[in-house]
Amino acid sequence: MGAQPGAAAANLLEVRGLTKIFGSLKACDHVDLTVRRGEIHALLGENGAGKSTLVKMLFGSLEPNAGEIFWDGQPVRIASPHAARKLGIGMVFQHFSLFDALTAAENIALSLDDDTPIATIAAKAQALSHSYGLPLDPYALVGDLSVGERQRIEIIRCLLQVPQLIILDEPTSVLTPQEADRLFETLDRLRAEGKSILYISHRLEEVKRMCDSATVLRHGKVVGHCDPRRETASSLARMMVGNDVQAVVREPAEGMDKAPVLLEVKKLSRAPATSFSIPLRDISLGVRAGEVIGIAGVAGNGQGEFFEAVSGEMAQADAASVRIRGKDAGRLSISERRRLGAAFVPEERLGHGAAPRMKLSENLLLSRHATDDKAFIGPGGTIRTGAVDAAAQRIIAAMDVRKSARDPEAAALSGGNLQKFIIGRELDRRPAVMVVNQPTWGVDAGAAAKIRQALIGLARAGSAVLVISQDLDELFEISDAIAVMHNGQLSKPLPIAEATFEKIGLLMGGAEPGHVEPAMEVA
Amino acid sequence: MGIAESILLTIATAATPLLIAALGELVVERSGVLNLGVEGMMVMGAVCGFVAAALTGSPWLGVLAAIVVGALFSLLFGFLTLSVATNQVATGLSLTLLGLGLSGMIGEGFVGQAGQKLPSLYIPGLSDLPLVGRLVFGQDPIFYMSIALTVGIMWFLFRTRAGLTLRSIGDNHASAHALGIPVIAYRYLAVMFGGACAGLAGAHLSLVYTPQWVENMTAGRGWIALALVVFASWRPLRVLAGAYLFGAVTIGQIHVQALGYGIPSQLLSSLPYLATIVVLVLISRNRRLTMMNTPASLGRAFVPDR
Repeated sequence: MGAQPGAAAANLLEVRGLTKIFGSLKACDHVDLTVRRGEIHALLGENGAGKSTLVKMLFGSLEPNAGEIFWDGQPVRIASPHAARKLGIGMVFQHFSLFDALTAAENIALSLDDDTPIATIAAKAQALSHSYGLPLDPYALVGDLSVGERQRIEIIRCLLQVPQLIILDEPTSVLTPQEADRLFETLDRLRAEGKSILYISHRLEEVKRMCDSATVLRHGKVVGHCDPRRETASSLARMMVGNDVQAVVREPAEGMDKAPVLLEVKKLSRAPATSFSIPLRDISLGVRAGEVIGIAGVAGNGQGEFFEAVSGEMAQADAASVRIRGKDAGRLSISERRRLGAAFVPEERLGHGAAPRMKLSENLLLSRHATDDKAFIGPGGTIRTGAVDAAAQRIIAAMDVRKSARDPEAAALSGGNLQKFIIGRELDRRPAVMVVNQPTWGVDAGAAAKIRQALIGLARAGSAVLVISQDLDELFEISDAIAVMHNGQLSKPLPIAEATFEKIGLLMGGAEPGHVEPAMEVA
Repeated sequence: MGIAESILLTIATAATPLLIAALGELVVERSGVLNLGVEGMMVMGAVCGFVAAALTGSPWLGVLAAIVVGALFSLLFGFLTLSVATNQVATGLSLTLLGLGLSGMIGEGFVGQAGQKLPSLYIPGLSDLPLVGRLVFGQDPIFYMSIALTVGIMWFLFRTRAGLTLRSIGDNHASAHALGIPVIAYRYLAVMFGGACAGLAGAHLSLVYTPQWVENMTAGRGWIALALVVFASWRPLRVLAGAYLFGAVTIGQIHVQALGYGIPSQLLSSLPYLATIVVLVLISRNRRLTMMNTPASLGRAFVPDR
């Protein structure tokens, strides 16, 4: 410290010993953090490391149990977001804090603590957005906007408050690479204007590229401060995870064009189910035995609708629009599709992939009662609990699921461990066709590597694997070819040897609208 | 006074309590809270308004008592659902049951007594104008309040910052909390406003409509008000239209019954409900508009973490 009151301290923000306890969990345990003026400071850590808890305390949404915060050299207590804004702290939330039913200008008005008329705010927002090259229609309804546009509103809203410190919580997790580049330009400009930025991410490359310094959190504790430009991605990863992360190995697939197509989607179209959902337009795709096909795309471009159509959550009118192992499956139910040898892992873990208040063994039975009825169901429809329990324990051991009881409720597991169980539950069947939506969303790096390796292993053993993901790094790691979904249309899959981040990114942004071709000939 | 004028007057009298109760509930629901206790708060307003007027001799004090009792009674609901985060549906239903029982007890000694009637407006000259005189210048004070409330709520919700904040809370309470908006405080105020309106609507029944106290005299009007809010897609002008349509069909079918065309009376009695639902469903066909106006966090409990 050492700064005198009145004099501008070199450190804009200094945090000492900040602690937050939820029940028995120390989400933040004596965290120290220093952000200088005019720097971009990265806050690194795995999911659940305490990053979001820390910034919520800085923005006044959470009350710390212990610790001190110094702003400009002065001790402060940030009791509310209002107080944080008054100090000059602005925040761009990870899961945007916007209101779908209101316009952009109304959304901005809600975070300004005065009574400026909406029209004035709209004009100001528009002028500011143009000066930063982030065009924005202040009278557009937020519910109608893309994720990138919503983030723009959050950023403009934050900038209108003329903050000294801007906190960005995982800003690029929802953006295309091109949108992310534009965000980085904006951040560069803000830094040049002397503003400080606290940048939360677990994407190491962008941290190395953008940030001047970094604080790494693990299990709520600071494990190190470093200069990310002098570290390598793997040394940063080691700090975050605590040990080396096993690299995923993908042996090149061979003789792929002769292998049979196990999953085929042909001219799949679907009208939008609700006013906010995306129609699917004429999607065609084939996945052959032995290969992993990845589907990239910005969230909300029809991936969820596509998954529902393939998995049978929503039956199709045209039976031939989805074919599993050569049989028309478009009108079949989920169980009937499973009986054909397919397995599905939906995006939402609790409530969709698993029933939260049921035990793991019961969740196992829920997804496999149809395919494994001989093993799991006894005479007269009784459940063979012994067999189900043994299978559950087998999966738990195979996937290294960490848990607190022998057979806990699904909701008692952490997100990563539950995901390992849900994927393991399907892998255990050795399905011929596996369709996974966001396999490692919110899963820590170690578990993610394990899941990815298992998916590649399944494919190389002769299954067809289709992975829908927003994580481009992941898709490049595991896919043999990547197709891009944009606005309900699917591009032709690019073989991984030809795919680059740039090409995929352009497709994600809709560079080739209407570019849809049948993926391949029917084998 | 012509027949047409007197029919129009009875329609206004039938519609006013529905309108006021529904407007109050509209504000509550716009904040994201579903209070199914409207019937209970209304009947409490009716009995307390009647009793206060009977004891003090002033119908105006009766109106005041009904408003205060409605707001206080809703505070019970507010405490349970907002501070203790109980289930809103169950709590609202209990509030109705409690209100019906409690009002019977309070009003026990007053059943059948002649009550005080709130005097109607009378402006010499103007109120005597043909056709519109009584309609515009000669109605009861609560009628004028209901019109002022409609305009006032529209202005508040769509023209003031506080109204915008209230709507934002109804749309997404988690986001509102993240921005530092005092979600629970706003909801308390909204719930109490809804209670006060329901109380006032009850007072209209026992001090204007039929100036006496009969047990269970709201006769399901609270439920109709609740339905009106939903079918009117949470828009004040549509609530007004719905309330008057309901009033008109109610009065109309009574006249038809009196004429005795041999139409089953049960069918006629159900007409107001049918007509209101059909018309409001037809005018809310615009899904986008409905989506914009539906409070997305309606009925969901909210516990802010600190």
